[in-house]
Amino acid sequence: MFFTYLRRELRNRRKQTVVVAIGLAVAIALVIVVNAVSTGVKDAQSEVLESVYGVGTDVTVTQPAAGPGGGPGEGGGPGRFDFGEDDGEASADGMRSLTQDRLDPVMGSATFDSSALDTITDLEHVSGVAATLALQNMSFSGELPDFEALQEGGRVTLRAGPDSSGEASTGDSSFEIEQLTVTGVDPGAAAVGPLTTAELADGRTLEADDEDVAVLDATYAEQQELAVGDTVTVGGEELEIVGTVTSTTGDGVATAADAYVPLATAQRLADLDGQVSDVYVQVDSAENVDAVAGAIEDVLPDASVSTQADLAENVTGTLSTASDLVGTLGTWLGAIVLAAAFGLAILFTVSGVNRRTRELGTLKALGWSRGRVVGQVAGESVVQGLVGGVAGVALGALAVWAVNLAGITLSGGASAGGFVLGGPGGGPPPEGGAAVQDAGAATFGAARPVGVADAANDAVDIVLQAPVSPWIVLAAVGLAVLGGLLAGVFGGRRAARLRPVEALRSLA
Amino acid sequence: MYQIDDVTKTYQQGRRVVRALRGVSLTIGAGELVAVQGPTGGGKSTLLQMLGGLDRPTSGTVTLDGADLAGMTDAQLTAARAGTIGFVFQTFNLIPTLTALENVETALVPAKVARQTRTSRAQAALDAVGLGDRGDHLPGELSGGQQQRVAIARALVKNPKVLLADEPTGNLDEETRDEIVDLIEGLWKDQGLTIVLVTHDSVVARRAPRRLRIAKGTLKELPSP
Repeated sequence: MFFTYLRRELRNRRKQTVVVAIGLAVAIALVIVVNAVSTGVKDAQSEVLESVYGVGTDVTVTQPAAGPGGGPGEGGGPGRFDFGEDDGEASADGMRSLTQDRLDPVMGSATFDSSALDTITDLEHVSGVAATLALQNMSFSGELPDFEALQEGGRVTLRAGPDSSGEASTGDSSFEIEQLTVTGVDPGAAAVGPLTTAELADGRTLEADDEDVAVLDATYAEQQELAVGDTVTVGGEELEIVGTVTSTTGDGVATAADAYVPLATAQRLADLDGQVSDVYVQVDSAENVDAVAGAIEDVLPDASVSTQADLAENVTGTLSTASDLVGTLGTWLGAIVLAAAFGLAILFTVSGVNRRTRELGTLKALGWSRGRVVGQVAGESVVQGLVGGVAGVALGALAVWAVNLAGITLSGGASAGGFVLGGPGGGPPPEGGAAVQDAGAATFGAARPVGVADAANDAVDIVLQAPVSPWIVLAAVGLAVLGGLLAGVFGGRRAARLRPVEALRSLA
Repeated sequence: MYQIDDVTKTYQQGRRVVRALRGVSLTIGAGELVAVQGPTGGGKSTLLQMLGGLDRPTSGTVTLDGADLAGMTDAQLTAARAGTIGFVFQTFNLIPTLTALENVETALVPAKVARQTRTSRAQAALDAVGLGDRGDHLPGELSGGQQQRVAIARALVKNPKVLLADEPTGNLDEETRDEIVDLIEGLWKDQGLTIVLVTHDSVVARRAPRRLRIAKGTLKELPSP
């Protein structure tokens, strides 16, 4: 009787059933879409992060720079070229040809002792650790006016391009600054680190006993017209290129650095023995990430410890906009529509009970218990919710399918990236020969921090793929049933309060 | 069957206190057919509520077969209604979405009888009121007289001890009214049912062997016809 009555009631009040079901369906569909898109955006974010920090990295440890030029690689600070009077070769026309290679830690980060690696390895829940040394190689080549000429009032003009290389002229001079990001990696630690998202394009990867060799990012190699077997100059030393790698993230996407060299080689070339700049930590399970990050902060108080969640906040571009949009607007919209749908269901159920006062009173007069009458009313609402939920899942799946079909492209980069050469040095110096130091040494500064990689290469385009998990489907249907249940509770409470005397009311 | 002692019932209607029953005492023997007449608002319906365990009196006792309905809990009253009291209403009060047969079955739902038994008993009850072939019709597809027959079948399907009818012919034309009264009279004679019939129709009331008149909350026995 329960099901017969229920079915008949819902079918008879078809219009109301349809309206409530549609309301719930729209709300459920919205919840599914918001969730799917939000998951898609999160996936995209971690893909962006992976392209920079590698797969499987849960925590990264770096050390912020103490201050300008405060790193251990002293000597004018990174990104600066110092020329003494005896550098280069003077030519007859008062110009001096100069070339210089500088290899320094990337700006904005300092290096720290690799003993941190062992400290972290010993922590609980740490399942993998790899250290890298991120370096910035800048090579200067060109002609500058002779220093005597400069001191006589020659002006120095520096122009900086938006990319990694700078060109400038100082009066009659011309020179080029080329930049190359170099990461020293431990060839033995394959599970974590920046190379986990790289796959071999040509040649071979770094091996445990490698020395003085380099693996290049394929995009960089192409730009520079370099191939396996050629050499690349790092820190003034020519290293043999043994292989090239591409990012697994997507076509044309650059890996984290332009060149990868064995960690020991990087340390030797940069004169940073036993120093590392980044430690990549893998944690045994996701729920321990925060605990491990906390433990690292305890044992290494000076270090800057970032979890994937922290890093996700650094993802920029349309991806970050999408993330914000989904995060705030989507959630609010979902909540509002859901509340409206619940309200609609409750309203219809309660008004339905009011309309059926005499009918339900009659059933009570016939000896139906309060529980049976309430159960009947609540059952109708729950089934209505279920219908709405199933319709909502179908609608939501359709919408998500449409979103995926639309192929929305998001681009994002990690904001740690972004290399700008220039700044104060970009304009004419106020006094004649600001580039000339008292000591007779010219200093050109890259005024802004140099990031992990340059921004132009680092932006990753990712087509939004919004997944629908069985769990969200289950949760969505559950939500709809909850809406029905809520309506049933309100309607049922009203029905429970009905007195059987209502059956005798002659006027409906 | 019924022993009613000094029953009063007062309602609070806004600021006004309505005294619907003012010390009513009454005895109804098993197998009696009693008609209750009186003006609207005189207390007819309230008396029926007390008899049917739909409401409890403010004071006094309503004893049905030795059990005091006035002292019962809601659950006990529900059980009493489900087992021993059959109702027929002026407005039929059939469930519009259920067929005639299913409507009759609703009365057997609290008794938790097996589905098959329930259906066959409901069919038998419909046969008894002459609507055996209309079981799959919805109330809306039946005439007023037919709907009231279904309601009577619903009241009787559980074999109650008493049948309480509230203006059962109030919504029917004269011809149909006579049919229904004939039906109720026949049931009374054949099954020895105790029947209380509330009506303001003198024609109907005169067919009952015993007549009561209730006005202003006070009950008066009318002389037998």
